[in-house]
Amino acid sequence: MTTRRTLLQTALGGLAFSTGIAGQVARAALPQGAIDSATLERLPGKQPLIKRSYRPPNYETPLADFSSAITPNDRFFVRWHLMGITEVDAREWRLTIGGDGATKPYELTLDQLKSDFEAVELVAVCQCSGNRRGLSDPHVPGVEWGYGAMGNARWTGVRLKDVLERAGLSKETVEIAFDGADRPALDVTPDFIKSIPVWKAVDENTIIAYAMNGEPLPHHNGYPARLIVPGWTATYWMKQVVSIQALRKPLANFWMASAYRIPKGKFAFADRFISQENDATTPITEIVVNSVITSHADGQRVSRGSPLTLKGLAWDSGAGIRRVEVSRDGGRSWNVADLGDDLGRFSFRTWQFGLNAQDPGPLVLMARATNRQGSTQVSELIFNNPGYHNNVIQAVTLTVV
Amino acid sequence: MRNVSMLSAVFLGLCISGVTLADESKVALSPDTDTALVMARCSICHSADYIQMNGGFLKRANWEAEVKKMTKAFGAPVNDEEAGKIVDYLVRQYGVE
Repeated sequence: MTTRRTLLQTALGGLAFSTGIAGQVARAALPQGAIDSATLERLPGKQPLIKRSYRPPNYETPLADFSSAITPNDRFFVRWHLMGITEVDAREWRLTIGGDGATKPYELTLDQLKSDFEAVELVAVCQCSGNRRGLSDPHVPGVEWGYGAMGNARWTGVRLKDVLERAGLSKETVEIAFDGADRPALDVTPDFIKSIPVWKAVDENTIIAYAMNGEPLPHHNGYPARLIVPGWTATYWMKQVVSIQALRKPLANFWMASAYRIPKGKFAFADRFISQENDATTPITEIVVNSVITSHADGQRVSRGSPLTLKGLAWDSGAGIRRVEVSRDGGRSWNVADLGDDLGRFSFRTWQFGLNAQDPGPLVLMARATNRQGSTQVSELIFNNPGYHNNVIQAVTLTVV
Repeated sequence: MRNVSMLSAVFLGLCISGVTLADESKVALSPDTDTALVMARCSICHSADYIQMNGGFLKRANWEAEVKKMTKAFGAPVNDEEAGKIVDYLVRQYGVE
């Protein structure tokens, strides 16, 4: 029997989701403390989201709210590192472009940012590096995210490379660093400043966005402007960006040198961040290919003999999704699902799969995405201490009655 | 269109009945002789639910590493004696041995 409590726990990301290994189904669950402390709460201007922490505010989107390829602004997840978050007055906001790699430092108002450069638009997934950290086995410390620290939006802005060009980048520039308006509670705490390699900064898809799904960005998603780094995890997507610095030497703060790093050799990735690599670790870069089932949750009851449409999302770092497959036998056999509209290679891709549940009892459904480079999801977690890159095949167990 | 499933029906019910505005004052750490110290020091920079959500799986060495991160990397104003008491509290109330 699916109780109200079961469904509530599922909505909070608290109920165990199954993860698939061929022939068996392993359970992945959030830590008990994360299940117990999660609540559905409403930030100003937002629909109820799953609260992981109040201050700084960290809120994820319930899986059931990912019902379309585009995530509505008021359902988009919220993630901050520092508690000193100010509401930016767009009239006062300035973006300074400088650093020792900029020969012509300058400043922009929001109006100038919008009018001085060509406007561009793209759809891209913004996914927290630590999305699904809470499902790590064994558990690792951090914000104990379930599946919902991600969202997909149509971003409007200007190319970062156009903004950098006006600053006259010197040939010695190795990284471009970004600071937001947020500040730590204590002066001694490292401010959240992040950098990307210059080659990624001048990629035509890297933009400074001032609109999200046709509206100004919500405060909690970076109003009035934020960086969009399609294909890369959200740690680089600086919110409320106020400073862009061209650097001749790699940025060496806590947030680059100690945080957001993955062990070398464990993950296959194409985008190297060479100026920040060391012998053991390298900065996290691109998002791994992944998918999620959004239409049904573990423990849900379905009627025997009634048509059932399983739905979900698939995404990767920008190769684009080639196919999504669904298994109904614990991963022994797979059938190709129908893909929805292609909104661009950096976007969520919706998918659906129709079936008819005949046998009463548990029905395990699994989804697996493959991108256009042939990369696919893993059956077993590639464990790493910070809990990044969890793209274990998800499974939900329904009860057919 | 949203797929109206049992889940979203329950979710809508929650929206009406159970959803409140964000307010960290209701976060209550396990009461103990050192709860006040933990709240006083840790709450300078973050709400106490950071501790709660990491409850139930970290060993002493892990909690020590977390407290060290707060003092060394983030500069939390916590002296060694206090740090020791905070670690003991976290292990006692939110850790595993």
